[in-house]
Amino acid sequence: MSALLRLDGLTVALPPGADRPHALEGVTLELHPHEVLCVVGESGSGKSMAASAIMRLLPPGVGIEAGRVVFDGQDLTEADDATMRAIRGAGIAMIFQEPMTALNPLRSIGDQIGEMFRIHTALPGSEIEARVLTLLEEVRIPDPRLAARAYPHQLSGGQRQRAMIAMALALDPKVLIADEPTTALDVTTQAQILALIRDLQHRRGTAVLFITHDFGVVAEIADRVAVMQHGRVVEQGPAVQVLEAPQHPYSQALLAAVPPLGAPPPRPIAEEPILVMEGLRKTYRTGGFLGRGARVTQALRGVSLVLPKGATLGIVGESGSGKSTLARCIVRLIQPDGGAVHLAGIDLLGLKRRAMRQATKRIQMVFQDPFGSLNPRRRVGELVAQGPMVHGMPRRVAMARARELFALVGLDPAATDRFPHEFSGGQRQRIGLARALALEPDVLVADEPVSALDVSVQAQVLRLLAELRARLGLSIVFITHDLRVAAQVCDLVAVMKDGEVVEQGPIGRVFTAPAHPYTQALIASVPGAPAARPGALL
Amino acid sequence: MRAIRAYLRGPAAMIGLVLLLAVIAMALSADWAYPRDPLSLAGRPLQWPGANPRFLLGTDNSGRDIAAQIFHGARISLLIGLVATGIAILIGIVVGALAGYHGGWVDDVLMRVTEAFQTLPNFLLLLVLVAVFGSDITTVTVAIGVVSWPAPARLTRAEFLSLRSREFVEACRTLGMGDMRIIFREILPNALPPIIVYASVVMAVAILLESALAFLRLSDPNVASWGNLIGLGRDVLRTQWYVSAIPGVAILATVLAVSLVGQGLNDALNPRLRGR
Repeated sequence: MSALLRLDGLTVALPPGADRPHALEGVTLELHPHEVLCVVGESGSGKSMAASAIMRLLPPGVGIEAGRVVFDGQDLTEADDATMRAIRGAGIAMIFQEPMTALNPLRSIGDQIGEMFRIHTALPGSEIEARVLTLLEEVRIPDPRLAARAYPHQLSGGQRQRAMIAMALALDPKVLIADEPTTALDVTTQAQILALIRDLQHRRGTAVLFITHDFGVVAEIADRVAVMQHGRVVEQGPAVQVLEAPQHPYSQALLAAVPPLGAPPPRPIAEEPILVMEGLRKTYRTGGFLGRGARVTQALRGVSLVLPKGATLGIVGESGSGKSTLARCIVRLIQPDGGAVHLAGIDLLGLKRRAMRQATKRIQMVFQDPFGSLNPRRRVGELVAQGPMVHGMPRRVAMARARELFALVGLDPAATDRFPHEFSGGQRQRIGLARALALEPDVLVADEPVSALDVSVQAQVLRLLAELRARLGLSIVFITHDLRVAAQVCDLVAVMKDGEVVEQGPIGRVFTAPAHPYTQALIASVPGAPAARPGALL
Repeated sequence: MRAIRAYLRGPAAMIGLVLLLAVIAMALSADWAYPRDPLSLAGRPLQWPGANPRFLLGTDNSGRDIAAQIFHGARISLLIGLVATGIAILIGIVVGALAGYHGGWVDDVLMRVTEAFQTLPNFLLLLVLVAVFGSDITTVTVAIGVVSWPAPARLTRAEFLSLRSREFVEACRTLGMGDMRIIFREILPNALPPIIVYASVVMAVAILLESALAFLRLSDPNVASWGNLIGLGRDVLRTQWYVSAIPGVAILATVLAVSLVGQGLNDALNPRLRGR
């Protein structure tokens, strides 16, 4: 079978001063009709750059240096702009990671999908309208008529992505490029979108180039897989072969870093509780005048949980489930409306501001964003030493302590006088951990601490966390949306939905025999989970 | 260091810097170049520039040396510019930071006050202040600072609004830091670059405000300011226009220099615009 789209030794040069001279180096890929080719790699591997190069939508300063992109017998690297415009959308369509930013917020969904027809065809208005509705039906948006009139902000994330797919498929393109289309979505929505892409691809015979960092997604959807590292394709082949018997050491390392969904053998847990949450409630009110027409969101509706001493309590849930609000209520970044938090017998919510500032020594937080959680204008050593200094430790002692902590979290103690931007994401997360540990807290609240990291770095940070927990006797509240990550580090798990805990218990029990239907759905939706494909990745 | 190199690459920024350095050099060398009191009688009034080699730029209608007034006036203009800008930025930062960080009723109160100041044209407010408190040079400078703070306050507030929800600020709170420390030691350094850039605008406007006051003869008559000289030249504008024009050019050059330096700073401190 001849290839529909062929990348032939494609080399893309980065502007001088970038971290490497080429974004892509001699990338050769073939995409055949009726297949899903997954390009998988970590951040900076050049996988998105490959998609941009095919569409000739490279950022300024980045240019194709050598090689060819052959689509339908035509070399796209030499095509003029008018030809490219005709091919984009009609020949090769693309869907993006974040449907909210890829859609124009001021125009209705139906209008934006219809635009594809208006640009590329001469169909009459009524015909366009009918086609838009057919497309929306095809991507299974509930109530297509309403959706066509809706604006992007009125739809949920999953529905927006469905609308994007409808737009991409409008002109029956031969090739669909999907750049991390499910990364911004919740796990249950992700499962639905993957099923939809798979189904549409079967029915229409579109070839799909699917870019992702997630091996679970690969296992779910790929016919063939290409693994990229530093702008090169290091391995490609049929999905089963690459996933089950990877040849290249990098693919092997990547696959080994994917955490299994099965829980580790249970550790003995102390009976004595260290952190007790009782009936925590928080309601957000936005807008409205004198209480009328206000939007009320109940983020927490009476959450009661117990963290035993030395244990790790995982809190899992999808976006909007209230898990981050819970984390911030525990450390009192947010003042809950009701309920109580007892830390080793002290009622944290009852403390005055000054007393609470004292109590922060005993409970510390690790944040999600390795870029936003460190003040860019301070040296990292100072960032770590700040906590103890606030609580009265002399500067010299605190700085010495910071160097010790750097060694503890696996960083070079000599690096304390550098600035945050000089570190990678994983290293910054280690700095965040060191900062939280500097006050020697009893309890650590970690809000999605590894979600922004590549899978191999994720594994390192999780290992470090487990090690520190054992060494320092930490008790941890671990918040995550990723069940695989939760399975790795947690002893207990609580599943949250719409501000309530729907199920809790030892992680082994909850993951192998979930009692609540929502937990069951959540576990079944994990990409690459046993329910979807027996044996895959586990 | 990177910001300084980026600054030195811009040609407009370099022109601005050279001009500004020239004005500063004039201010510094005034005592040495024209040791006599610039407001004392020097010769026959209204001599055209170049007519008498003793007076390079001629004399004004009272027979005072214009060149001496320009040199000494540079001191006054720069002094007013710097001090008034300092006052405006200081008030602006404090008001904007408190409003942006705390939000809620603090924000409401401070912003309504700011808006009250903004609804009045600031030159009118300046006239009122000078009319009430008198027009010696200290009062004028302070008054210019006091009418110029609302814009920097709004800018600071906007920066704080976006910075206060960042995770590093939450991290500081979980470490147990007090509000004042978070506002001024953690957030403010991150909010400063656009405020520094805006300071150049405030400075240019401050120099112009003083000239406008002087033109209306409401500034301090006992100092040799450029504005005073323009005001004086108003009486002979049609015949001896150079009396007003020479200090006018000096003001133009200084304001242009400050603005160009501000532009250069903006390009250097704002990495998003770099490479455009």
